[in-house]
Amino acid sequence: MAMDIKEIEKLIKESIPDALIEIQDLAGDGNHYSAVVTSSIFNGKSKIEQHKIVYSALKGKMGNELHALAIKTKEKNGSKN
Amino acid sequence: MDQKTKEFIDSEINNNEVCLFMKGTPDAPQCGFSVAVSNILKILEVKFKGINVLENNELRQGIKEYSEWPTIPQLYIKKEFVGGCDIIKEMYENGELKKILQDKNLSFKN
Repeated sequence: MAMDIKEIEKLIKESIPDALIEIQDLAGDGNHYSAVVTSSIFNGKSKIEQHKIVYSALKGKMGNELHALAIKTKEKNGSKN
Repeated sequence: MDQKTKEFIDSEINNNEVCLFMKGTPDAPQCGFSVAVSNILKILEVKFKGINVLENNELRQGIKEYSEWPTIPQLYIKKEFVGGCDIIKEMYENGELKKILQDKNLSFKN
């Protein structure tokens, strides 16, 4: 089952309100996405913790409806942004 | 996760310095993400054990609970969960993966 970009974006935004999100549909098939998520919530956390925050925002859809979502997380530096 | 699955995962992680829980085998990976991580380890000439989660559904679900990580592949280095495909790719590109291998005294091609 596929998900659309808006739905993914909405779920992430709900859990991480300050997130800047760039999602690409890699194959144009509604099933292979990449997402870059930038948020201050990631600051000072390990990559594993950062990705877990995104996974938990996706509420169990990762690994199920969402087979292929490549995630890249970035810290947001408040003063420079 | 049943006790047998947990013990199996524990023993693989304890007995293999580098182990990759993956779909398929290092010679015949069955998913693009597993291909990517297994290729990175091959390029770095790291000795690793690939564990095919597709052979056992208990294991396929169990490893996700064990690591609290929803996707496969999953890479363990000296008993530590290092990441899935996205993190390993990023760490390979920025040199952090080599640093971990070095810090943990594992041999690899520099």
